Amino acid sequence: MSLQEIVIQQLFNGLLLGSFYGLVALGYSMVYGIIKLLNFAHADIYMVGGFCSLTILTFFGNTFIGNRWLGIVISMLITMIIVGLLGVIIERVAYKPLRNAPRLSLLITALGVSMILYNSVMVITSGEYRAYKTGLGYEGFSIGSVFVTHTQAILIVAAVALMFVLHLFITRTMYGKAMRAISMDLDCCRLMGVNVNKIIALTFFVGSMLAASAGMMAGVYYGSLHFFMGFVIGIKAFTSAVIGGIGVIPGAMLGGLLLGLLESFGTQIPFIGSEWKDVFSFSILILILIFKPTGLLGKKESERM
Amino acid sequence: MKDKQTCLQTAVDKKAKKVNNPFVELIDRFYVLFDNKKVRYSVLAAALAVLLYLPMRTSMYFMEVMTNVWFHVVVCLGLNIIVGFAGLLSLGYAAFFAVGAYTTGILILHYGVSFWLTLPVSVLMAIIAGLAIGGPTLKLRSDYLAIVTLGFGEITRLAARNLDITGRATGLVGIERPTLFGMAMVKINHFYYAFLVLAVLAIFISYRLQDSRLGRAWKCIREDEDAAEAMGINVVAARLLAFIIGSVFGALAGSFMAIKMTAISPESFLFTQSVMILLAVVLGGMGKIPGVVLGALAVVVFPEVFRGIGKYRMLIFGAVLLVLMIYRPQGLWPERHT
Amino acid sequence: MILEVKDLTLRFGGLTAVNKVSFGIEEGSIESLIGPNGAGKTSLFNCLTGFYRAQEGDILFEGKSIMRLKPHKITTLGMARTFQNLRLFKNLTVMENVMSGMHCRTSAGVAGAILRPPSQKAEEKRIRDVAMECMDFVGILDKKDRLAKNLPYGDQRRVEWARALATQPKLLLLDEPAAGLNYDEKMQLIELIRRIRDERKITVFLIEHDMGLVMKVSEKIFVLDYGVKIAEGTAQEVQNNPRVIEAYLGKEEENAV
Repeated sequence: MSLQEIVIQQLFNGLLLGSFYGLVALGYSMVYGIIKLLNFAHADIYMVGGFCSLTILTFFGNTFIGNRWLGIVISMLITMIIVGLLGVIIERVAYKPLRNAPRLSLLITALGVSMILYNSVMVITSGEYRAYKTGLGYEGFSIGSVFVTHTQAILIVAAVALMFVLHLFITRTMYGKAMRAISMDLDCCRLMGVNVNKIIALTFFVGSMLAASAGMMAGVYYGSLHFFMGFVIGIKAFTSAVIGGIGVIPGAMLGGLLLGLLESFGTQIPFIGSEWKDVFSFSILILILIFKPTGLLGKKESERM
Repeated sequence: MKDKQTCLQTAVDKKAKKVNNPFVELIDRFYVLFDNKKVRYSVLAAALAVLLYLPMRTSMYFMEVMTNVWFHVVVCLGLNIIVGFAGLLSLGYAAFFAVGAYTTGILILHYGVSFWLTLPVSVLMAIIAGLAIGGPTLKLRSDYLAIVTLGFGEITRLAARNLDITGRATGLVGIERPTLFGMAMVKINHFYYAFLVLAVLAIFISYRLQDSRLGRAWKCIREDEDAAEAMGINVVAARLLAFIIGSVFGALAGSFMAIKMTAISPESFLFTQSVMILLAVVLGGMGKIPGVVLGALAVVVFPEVFRGIGKYRMLIFGAVLLVLMIYRPQGLWPERHT
Repeated sequence: MILEVKDLTLRFGGLTAVNKVSFGIEEGSIESLIGPNGAGKTSLFNCLTGFYRAQEGDILFEGKSIMRLKPHKITTLGMARTFQNLRLFKNLTVMENVMSGMHCRTSAGVAGAILRPPSQKAEEKRIRDVAMECMDFVGILDKKDRLAKNLPYGDQRRVEWARALATQPKLLLLDEPAAGLNYDEKMQLIELIRRIRDERKITVFLIEHDMGLVMKVSEKIFVLDYGVKIAEGTAQEVQNNPRVIEAYLGKEEENAV
């Protein structure tokens, strides 16, 4: 392959990987922004989203809806709602009672939720890989000699569209404004008459929805699911959120795309290769945190003394 | 800011005050009693007598589990110095005992060094690792620190997986066990006693550190970094020291683990292992030494007790954890009663 | 001069919080810094104690530059501070709070903590003695085992003073020590500030909004407005300075009726 082709190939891989990271990172970033919790269960929400959509899609496969684009879109919508509600329930049951508890207790609770989620799925799937069968073919188009399937292209567009919708939601609606206000000062919002509990629930709903959609897209793209699939992407997505500046919504998207691109190009650098890929991205994370801890788009917090 | 928060919290969440049941109250009363030095020493002496006598009476399986408990007591107390005392959130603690285990393993296997001589090297490596990880990162906010330590933990594991000297994915196999006073350490009882000694030492050192100038400095930093700095406490140095001491605890435990298992692989140092240790510390009661010991006991014994239910056990473990944290967010044996 | 500030300038982005401020504090005196809200008083304090890094100028403490030193080094050199919004170690006892002040005057490390040699034991005793003495000095000895957060506000202030005194400073910076205190407590504060100087030979430099207190207690007053020093002198001089009156009350309209 020529250099140009490698670049195009890796650009596509990177964008795709990056949009998954970005979608999951958004959930981390929103939740962190609003209640300062590292929501470890978020990665498992992504995984549950994948499995949930697979179940629905398999069911559709035998009906007139089918498991091609129509089926995929409908099952994605249903999955997003179900998993979004799951996120809300988790917040209500596991996080809300601890809102005034030490932060670390909340973190442990999140780890507990994560354990429950992935162990449940492990029990249900007997810990095996599940093939993600769709009716999509392998048609596509070529850029130079690089072949891109329609599925890949549509997935990237869909991910970017979802992020864009979220961006509009955050910046243009009252709910979005309330979210941003709560992330600045929760108590003050309460005094101003904002229904804080409702907005926090909404944040979990939206965040989980996006993670679920990413889980489904990953299933469609990779063709298989596993109960532990959330773990690595969870760390990577968190990395993305931090790179962009945690709590900053556009930052999460930017960070996700950037990390995706860095990783796919990183594997092309001599001596790095795929086995050192994760080391590469963790190193980037550490370097960014050391030299620019607020992330690319984050603002410096200054404290009055 | 903080004042307003506490004020609001008490106002808004008055109803969150839960009813105490008599059992919990009884336990709390015991906790208060235990803070008395005389009571503590007599309880500990009695416990130690039982624990020393145990190996003569019980099954191999029980000894294995108890040895594992002592191992966890050491590493949990090590992490407690970082998280509980100094208030630094670390999610990559497994990296520290990986350092110890691999140092010992490599020295014995590739260079034929005696186990006892690998211990000082292991300590040295732990200090280097603590400095390398802590040095550049200790100025970060606690959540960021958590992620950085997680990253370092994963890098350590991945490096062990991809390097020849650490035996790649297979790890190190056939690490020779040492002799002590001419007696070969082979039986589980030997390791039981070895880890018990380590655990007792760890408890002793933890108490000594807690009641020292350094321990007080850590507490101050945990409470308010700026005020601590204004009181003349070198925050960065104190934190680094916490990181290093914690890492030494981990590395020594790791070294002993290497000879007990005789084989180590990258899979022994997974993120989940770090999480389990953190979980034990928080579940038991961060910063409270008996609490942390209790937490270590809980995370080892619980899965053993529920071994019968097979694949459901971690699921139930997660659920129990959740319920415990919701009803006792300060941990089973919290640091202070007010 | 125990403290000399020369042309100190501190900027936050485009905002100049402290602008070429120069002054000196006489050893053994009680001096005050006043100025309207937002004049840059606390920013200046934060520069002196090393929490903020000023861009230009110099700060000399006992003739040595402390511009580039970290806060804990500055405290160790002998300059202690209190905070405008209380910054106690809330979940520690009063005793533990005050003991923390002795950290910079003691040296036991890891080995000392674990082995407890006689020297360490002696040091621990010294820490306790000094802490007791400081608590006694400000009058909270009877509350030494209470948690700091459970004390009434006035007592929390005292804990902060005791904690600062325990660092055994030569110069004590008090950032709005009277804020939130009632009349009686303010009177006691005035007396305390004088006792700190007279009995302990500590120079006191304070920021304060309560003019009555400032005028009563200070031997010299500096006035800051928009980051610039606009006046300095005795209470009398400052009170009659037209620029000071202008800063506080606004400029009189020309030809005003």
